[in-house]
This record gives sequence, structure tokens and C-alpha cells, in this order.
Amino acid sequence: MINALGVPQHLLLLGGTSDIALAIADRYAGPGLHVTLAARPSETRDAAVARLEATGTTVEAIDFDALDTASHQAVVDAADRDVDVAVVAFGLLGDPEEAWTSVEAARELAQVNYVGAVTVGVALADRIKRQGHGVVVALSSVAGERPRRSNFVYGSTKSGMDAFYVGLGEALREHRGRVVVVRPGFVASKMTTGLDPAPLATTPEAVADAVVDAVRSGKEQVWVPAPLRGVMSGLRHLPRPVFRRLPL
Amino acid sequence: MTRQQLKGWGMTAPTTADVVSVQIADDARSALAAAGPRGLLARGLGRSYGDAGQNAGGTVLDMTSFDAILDVDSDARTMRVQAGLSLDALLRAALVRGWWVPVLPGTRQVTIGGAIAADVHGKNHHVDGSFGQHVRSLSLLLASDDVVEVTPDDALFWATVGGMGLTGVVLEATLELKPVETSWFVVDTDRTPQLRTLMDVLAEGEPHHPYSVAWFDTATRGDSLGRGVVTQGRAARLDELPLARRDTALELAAPDFGSLPVTPPIGFVNGLTARAFNELWFRKAPQHRRDELQDVTQFFHPLDIIGDWNRVYGPRGFCQYQCVVPFGAEDALVAVVDAIAASRHVSSLNVLKRFGPGNASPLSFPMPGWTLAVDLPVRRGLDDLLTALDRIVLDSGGRLYLAKDSRMSATDFAAMYPRLDDFRAIRAEVDPFGLLRSDLARRLEL
Repeated sequence: MINALGVPQHLLLLGGTSDIALAIADRYAGPGLHVTLAARPSETRDAAVARLEATGTTVEAIDFDALDTASHQAVVDAADRDVDVAVVAFGLLGDPEEAWTSVEAARELAQVNYVGAVTVGVALADRIKRQGHGVVVALSSVAGERPRRSNFVYGSTKSGMDAFYVGLGEALREHRGRVVVVRPGFVASKMTTGLDPAPLATTPEAVADAVVDAVRSGKEQVWVPAPLRGVMSGLRHLPRPVFRRLPL
Repeated sequence: MTRQQLKGWGMTAPTTADVVSVQIADDARSALAAAGPRGLLARGLGRSYGDAGQNAGGTVLDMTSFDAILDVDSDARTMRVQAGLSLDALLRAALVRGWWVPVLPGTRQVTIGGAIAADVHGKNHHVDGSFGQHVRSLSLLLASDDVVEVTPDDALFWATVGGMGLTGVVLEATLELKPVETSWFVVDTDRTPQLRTLMDVLAEGEPHHPYSVAWFDTATRGDSLGRGVVTQGRAARLDELPLARRDTALELAAPDFGSLPVTPPIGFVNGLTARAFNELWFRKAPQHRRDELQDVTQFFHPLDIIGDWNRVYGPRGFCQYQCVVPFGAEDALVAVVDAIAASRHVSSLNVLKRFGPGNASPLSFPMPGWTLAVDLPVRRGLDDLLTALDRIVLDSGGRLYLAKDSRMSATDFAAMYPRLDDFRAIRAEVDPFGLLRSDLARRLEL
């Protein structure tokens, strides 16, 4: 159960080796916390398990493949313990030019970032309805707020998953489920290694702080860093000829 | 059966459940037979502060319509009642006969089932013990669908007392009441400049007063740390009332100033208002006053005059923190008060009292020692403060009250209640599949 002060007992990390997912787990880590780390088997996953266990956290690693949509309900239902907070943290950035010129690359991005996120969301919704409570943290991106030339395929997948999770939050209200849609800007993480940071770049730790705060306070949409909310609101309304000329 | 959102009195962690209103005992039995994997829990008037009266995703029995008085035995001074009867209704029915409910907590809006499940206590704990000690027998619907009658000779009786509804559904109980001449109290009030003197006055007054309690300030530190007001009293005799009041000596004074109709978007209780309240409450109290007549609402239940008063805390709700530290660990008590006063968190409804001996229930809260309760609005940093208080309480050999708790950890709970395994053993016997469940039970791994 999540307690009166918003501290969960069980975290389900989907895409559990992502830097942001692990930074969130670190915020809650300690004796008394159970983490189900759902990710593809890898050395990174083993290392993440070991690092969390060192804090006294009980960790169970389970295999999870975003493309294997038929398995998603089983992954969500794997733990007996109530899922207090689920973090939908998997995603691909891909090569932005290949993404709109190669059918295969585009399909993979769409399947992981959108289709996989939706099927996981459906499975989580089913679980939350059954258990009568629960929080889903969906890691979206400001890239989904207005598509831009430089990475619009990635942006379009995030637009779709963002819309799905905003709607899911409304659908789960009466079941006392809550969805927190998180829209970070450029996050310096292993996903973005080698890229030049955009303005207002942030870190997985800052995203994790914002997530913990939202879970505690009941917020349903957060931008990281917070000023991005105003910036994106402005950018959405720029005329296209102006927007096109911005170095984004 | 309707799917409803349920929350505790602190309004902090709501969950949804299928709510079944129980009119007759068979309603409870059929709900039990139909209960799914998330189990079933009986709920009364929802005065537990945390998640004790919630069962997320499962079934919750609303017992408040199951509230008949079944039998009255004038010779034995006992009443047989259904579990959904409130203490308020019980007290009214008792007063007609010149009887008093031997244990009344800080509100009368509690059902008999809830009073048993939490083994509630009142200002007279040091003399009369807690609620379970006045129950002569009770009928319990078990997970197996059997209904059993248990008495204080049975281990199951004591597991049910303080058992937070997890041994079965209490259907009926036989309660022993005590005789009174009036519904009034003779009260002594003393204002004390700091916590240590407050504790001395409470300890010295205890042998002479069956009822005693203190309010203390959580906003002051240093020499005035824990300054407060001690009120101690006893039931008034008829010849102590003014003549004009003697005809109505057994009437219940229960003014009703309405209720807060909605939860305001922001709580009214903040550092500023709470500090002002503490200062006013201290200053309005007389230095010393003896033998003042007070009615039951003034003396016992000042908060009952406003319904849904919890809404003043706003949508984020509040945590009530009630602990007991054993006698001899007075330093720990001072440390708790100092930690609160040093924090940015200010509580207004602060209570300090001395407990007498505990009872045979493995999960009953009272034990010989000092009990302290504070109400803290939920805001950033509260978790750190309360976790620090947990450490002080645990290290002193004390514990927290399950009816108030909404956030302690399962490991701390196990360390605080050394007889937890006794409770678990009885529960495993009567409910091997854990059909009776609550959010609190899930959180504390009961």
C-alpha cells in the first residue's frame, strides 16, 4: 500500500534499467521497499538489482520485452504484492533521420514507444481496477508537445503515449487510480549519450525528484524542469514559419 | 453493492471498495460468501484516521445500519447490542437507565464494533482500562461462515479486541455499563508552565481523579516547552448539581453546531493559525480552578459539536500521531515534544495522558506509560519528522496506535507489538486464507 504521506511499498519499474526508473527507485530505496524490476536480461539489469539490494531494498528482476505485447499482462501481474506505483520508463530514441526514412526503424520506434506503452497501460489499468488503488507514472517527453523537424518520429510516438496516459488517468479516477504524466526536456542519460544537450537540459535525478513530489502531492502532469511548462506552452502557439527557424 | 471511494478520518490515502450495507446478519454472511480475492472488512463510522477501515479492491461491510439494542439486563447492568450501534446512541440509551458507558474515546461517533476492533480508551484508562475490558461476550462471524460466541475466557475474544476487524465480523456484543447519578462531571483545571510540571500534575492527580488528561502546546520551546493545561475530573453526584438541574441530571448535553459542508480547497490549519490556536488555548485556561461542573461535551467531546471537522485540514488531509512511551522513559516523551516544537509542523489538538495497565489483547495499544497524540496537516517534510519520532518511540520501548496510524512501516510495527505472533497464530487458525483484509493489514503485513 501507499501510505498517508505518499510513500509506496512496492514499485514496478517497466524498463527497469532506464536511468530515470532507477533514479526514482533510489529515492524510495531502503528496507521496507519492494521493487519489481522488469527489463530485458542484461548485465545492466544485474548491476541495478545489486545496487538496489545494497540499500536493503527487496528486488525481483523479471523479463520484460516492450515488443512482446502478449506478455504484458503477465508482467504486470507477476508480483503478488499490490502495485503501488508503476513507472512506464521504457522507450527508444533511435536515429532521427533513419526513423523517417527506414520502414523498419520507424516501425520499431512506434511499436516500443507507443504500442508497447499502450498495451502496458491497459494491463496496468486492469490491475489498478482490481486492487482499488495505484499510481502510474508515465514518462512522456516535451518532444511530444509539438513535433519538430529534428526528431518528429520520436516526438509522434511520445505524443501518442502522452495522450493515452492523460486519458487513462481520467478513466481510472473513479477506481482511485492516478496517472502522473511526466514531460522532461532533454535528459542527460544513457539514452542521449553523444547528443548535444538542449536548453533547459535536466538529469535523471531531477526527474526522479519531480516524480516523487508528484506521487506525494497528487499532481497529474509535471514538466522537468518546471519552467518548461511555460516554454512549451509558448512554443506550441508559435507560427510555423517562426518555429521552423528555431534552433531546436 | 456499490463501488465507493473510502477514506479514513485523516483523508490521506483513499481507495475504492464494493460497499455492502448490512441490515441483517445474513447480509454479512452472503457478502462473505461472495467475497473475491481481495477479501472483506467491516467498517463503522470511519473514525480511524488512516487506512484501518478501507479494503482496496475488496468488499467493505457498512455496519452503521446494523444498530439495534437487543436486550437489557437490569440486574447485571448489561446491554446486548448490534455492532453498528454508535457510542452516542449507546450512551443515550444507558443514561435513561442511570448508566454510563465505561469507556468513551474522544468522540462518540464510533460504533461498538469499531470500539472493540481498536480497543479504544478514554480519559479514565488508568482506572477502568480500555473498551474490551467491559465487553462480557461477543458474537463473531468467522471467515468459515460460522458464528461463534466468545467471552474473555477465549483467546479469540482477546484477538478480536484490538484486532482491527481481522479475526471476523463482530455482529453483536454484550457490554457491562456502570451506574451514574448524573451526566455531569466535577472538573479541576490547572495551567502548567512547562512539560515536566504538566507531567508532575498529571501523576500527582491520578490517584484522586478517575478521569484525567492534558493539552499541551507544540509551538513553544525552551523553558516553556510543552506548557499546557491539565483537566482532571470525576462523575458528579446528584447532590452536587444546582437544584434547577437535578430534574434533567441524566440528559445528554450534545449541542450540534452543524458541520463543514465541503472540504475547502486549501486547509485552514497552517503554521500561523495553529500557533495562534496554541497561544489562545493556553491563555484562555484558568491558572487553577477547582470543582467546576462540566457537561459531557465540554469535558469529553468538544469536537463532536461540529460534524466533519476534519475538513478544516483541506484536501491533503492530516496525520494523527499517537504513541505511548513506558513509564521511566520520560526523556523520550520530552524528546518527542521537542522534536515537534523544533520542526516547522505545528499541531493544535495535542493530548497527553497516563495509561494504566494493558490487557490480554495481543494488539491492544495501551500499556503503562505516557500517551501523546498530535494532529499534523500533511505537508512537505512531515514524513521525515514522523519517522524520527518513530525511532524515539521504538527505542524507548513504546508503540503507535493502529486506529490512528496511517504511515508506519511493517518492520517498526512488528518491533512495537511483541505479541504480534500470538495474534497471527490465532488469525491463521480462524482465517487461514486471509479473507478478512484491510489496507492497514496489507501495509503492516498483518
